[in-house]
Amino acid sequence: MNWFTKTFSSTIGRKIIMSITGLFLCSFLVVHLIGNLTLFKGDDGVTFNLYSHFMANNPIIRTMEIVLVLGFVFHIYDALVLTRRNKAARPVGYAENHPQENSTWSSRNMGLLGTVILVFLIIHLWNFFVPARFGAAGGLEGVVIENVDYDNLYLKVVQSFQIWWYVLIYVISMIALAYHLIHGFQSAFQSLGLTHKKYTPFIKTFGVVFSIAVCFGFAIIPIYFFFAA
Amino acid sequence: MAGSNPNAKPMDLTLKIWRQKDRNTAGQLVTYTLKNISPDMSFLEMLDVLNEELLVRGEEPVAFDHDCREGICGMCSLFINGRAHGPERGTTTCQLHMRHFNHGDTITIEPWRAAAFPVHKDLIVDRSAFDRIQQAGGYVSVNTGGVPDANEIPIPKTIADKAFDAATCIGCGACVAACKNASAMLFVSAKVSQLAMLPQGKVEAKTRVENMVAQMDVEGFGACSNTGACAAECPVGISLDNIAMLNREYLGAKASSENV
Repeated sequence: MNWFTKTFSSTIGRKIIMSITGLFLCSFLVVHLIGNLTLFKGDDGVTFNLYSHFMANNPIIRTMEIVLVLGFVFHIYDALVLTRRNKAARPVGYAENHPQENSTWSSRNMGLLGTVILVFLIIHLWNFFVPARFGAAGGLEGVVIENVDYDNLYLKVVQSFQIWWYVLIYVISMIALAYHLIHGFQSAFQSLGLTHKKYTPFIKTFGVVFSIAVCFGFAIIPIYFFFAA
Repeated sequence: MAGSNPNAKPMDLTLKIWRQKDRNTAGQLVTYTLKNISPDMSFLEMLDVLNEELLVRGEEPVAFDHDCREGICGMCSLFINGRAHGPERGTTTCQLHMRHFNHGDTITIEPWRAAAFPVHKDLIVDRSAFDRIQQAGGYVSVNTGGVPDANEIPIPKTIADKAFDAATCIGCGACVAACKNASAMLFVSAKVSQLAMLPQGKVEAKTRVENMVAQMDVEGFGACSNTGACAAECPVGISLDNIAMLNREYLGAKASSENV
């Protein structure tokens, strides 16, 4: 192995990958949420459908889509490698252990929370991304906006969130995401060595506010459409 | 007894202690009862009393690590009632006193659990993995010769204090024991940052951090999840800031050292 692969296959190197990809995925959440807010425009989905058409066809977005997939892949792959290593580091556990005395639940269960998010991601992509992007999994109905044909993703959103258990999956997943981010956001800065007594308290507070605000923003969408129907 | 609490009543205890003959034999928790334990005893003195009773009965005494019994050598260990060095924060097992327990308590005593710390016997684990990490770079190379004058190299007070705080690590391994990943990051970070902050240590800083982290990984310790359990259980209060500094030093060294 050369120095580069050695660096990023060490425990610290893998944590650096985890934090860089994690923060990148956080930036994706912001973009995704801002785009989704067009759902609330109250114009029967015209703005949202134009926005989703733009997202599916713009060459810059399409390029970033590949980067985004790579972000997920590296984040998940390194999580698996590190989890395996961490489990192997303690083959015999304690008969009595009280970790709640020294650490938070979310910090000890990032893998569990991440798995919930991954399952959600697969459901979410299958329901919205696959029909919108590939026309598969049932495809989408069409809609005419100013004499041009578009896919009516808005209708799919409205229909999906009339199912109560679907709304429930979304809300539970967003709670899991919030806990994942509450630990993950500030943890990323620690892993990158970006700590300073002037800035770290702000980063920690901002991380908690960011996590709750973003996940609340996502969770309110299914709840809104369920009760608006 | 002078200095003892006149209200403190002797206590009876049930102990569940990990007994293991040697590295290759499976172990188990064995239950013992102890009567009339003084609350003024230290935890290790309580175990001494148990061992005397076991000797009288012709049984094998419980093996446990200890040396200075002053909280400075880092030799004592023990996972007591689900906590490294017991329930008191900022305290080594030898400085833990029985007054923190109650009459009738059941106390579970286990060795540190980590693949890198194999159990030698009963409660004693082999912590030589820490020695090998230190040997990989936890030192400053100096030429022999005359003793240098004190304060010959100016070091700002704030830096000297931070380096000293890191240097207080006694290498007991409680960080590894408390970490859900059995990670040695707090130990390694204390040793790396202590020297990385000082001018004498800066000379070899890059090679040091590269070699010590490589050895840490070879020994089979887990990675850092930033749970903070290590710093919370550390008997001398080593801060998580050291881990951030280790990460910074490591990335900087990997990006700029001459070691390809």
